Amino acid sequence: MVQYQHARFDTSFAALADVTRRGVLEQLWRADASITELAEKFHMTLTGMKKHVGVLEQAGLVVTRKVGRVRTCKLGLRRLEEEAAWIEKHRQLWAARFDELDKVVEELKRKEKVDGRKKRK
Amino acid sequence: MDARKESDVTSTKGRTQVERTSDCELVISRTFDAPARIVYEAWTKPELFKRWWVPKSFGMELLSCEQDVRVGGTYRLVFRHGDSGSMAFHGKYLEVVPPSRLVWTNEESSDGSVTTLSLEEKGGKTLLVVHERYPSKQAFEASAGAADGMSESFGQLDELLVTLVPSRQ
Repeated sequence: MVQYQHARFDTSFAALADVTRRGVLEQLWRADASITELAEKFHMTLTGMKKHVGVLEQAGLVVTRKVGRVRTCKLGLRRLEEEAAWIEKHRQLWAARFDELDKVVEELKRKEKVDGRKKRK
Repeated sequence: MDARKESDVTSTKGRTQVERTSDCELVISRTFDAPARIVYEAWTKPELFKRWWVPKSFGMELLSCEQDVRVGGTYRLVFRHGDSGSMAFHGKYLEVVPPSRLVWTNEESSDGSVTTLSLEEKGGKTLLVVHERYPSKQAFEASAGAADGMSESFGQLDELLVTLVPSRQ
């Protein structure tokens, strides 16, 4: 297991050692892209870009999916996990906020009943 | 544009859902057991808004809250930040349609989000949906980073309050 993690680490470093591959990651951080789009952006042949994406994919930094004839690349699982964690944090904030709002809403409802006015419904 | 969420009225009360619907958009929803006009009132009257926007569990204090709820009107929220500083959130209202819709800008950063609140009433219950739309994916991610930092400082402030000012509890 430890060995496996070492190997994984090494592939990550190797993947990140190249300036184009770092550029590709940065690009995918902004938006998913097809290999063709990436090749154009980095003024590279399709074969060249495929090679770079392959290295990133092996390191788990990028995942690709083929739909029809287009292979789309996006950031790998690690990014997705971070995003899930962030969304969960955000959810907790809103959930706590809305629980407080619920109290205010219930109070307003009671008040409206007591006052007996605004019988619009 | 909001059609996607409109089938959710049946979702149970009390469940807050957060979903990233695109590179630069976040959708938050929850159902309240009250007519829309009451939820709208709690959102648009500063003295009521103040009571829930900053959850007690976050240990932050809202120092002031001004809301001029009309198209083109502005809002300004000031929070206590740390021991000495304060932090302001501000923007203006783009759309005001009581009691069902409110759209406002978030102008504390140059590429802040535009927030849309929609309240959909059905059978006395209200589905509340908040859309946060950022101008770009980068702006979204940057804000996510800032939010992380914020919750960290919330946490630190919490600890401070517990040790230094126990009477606040």
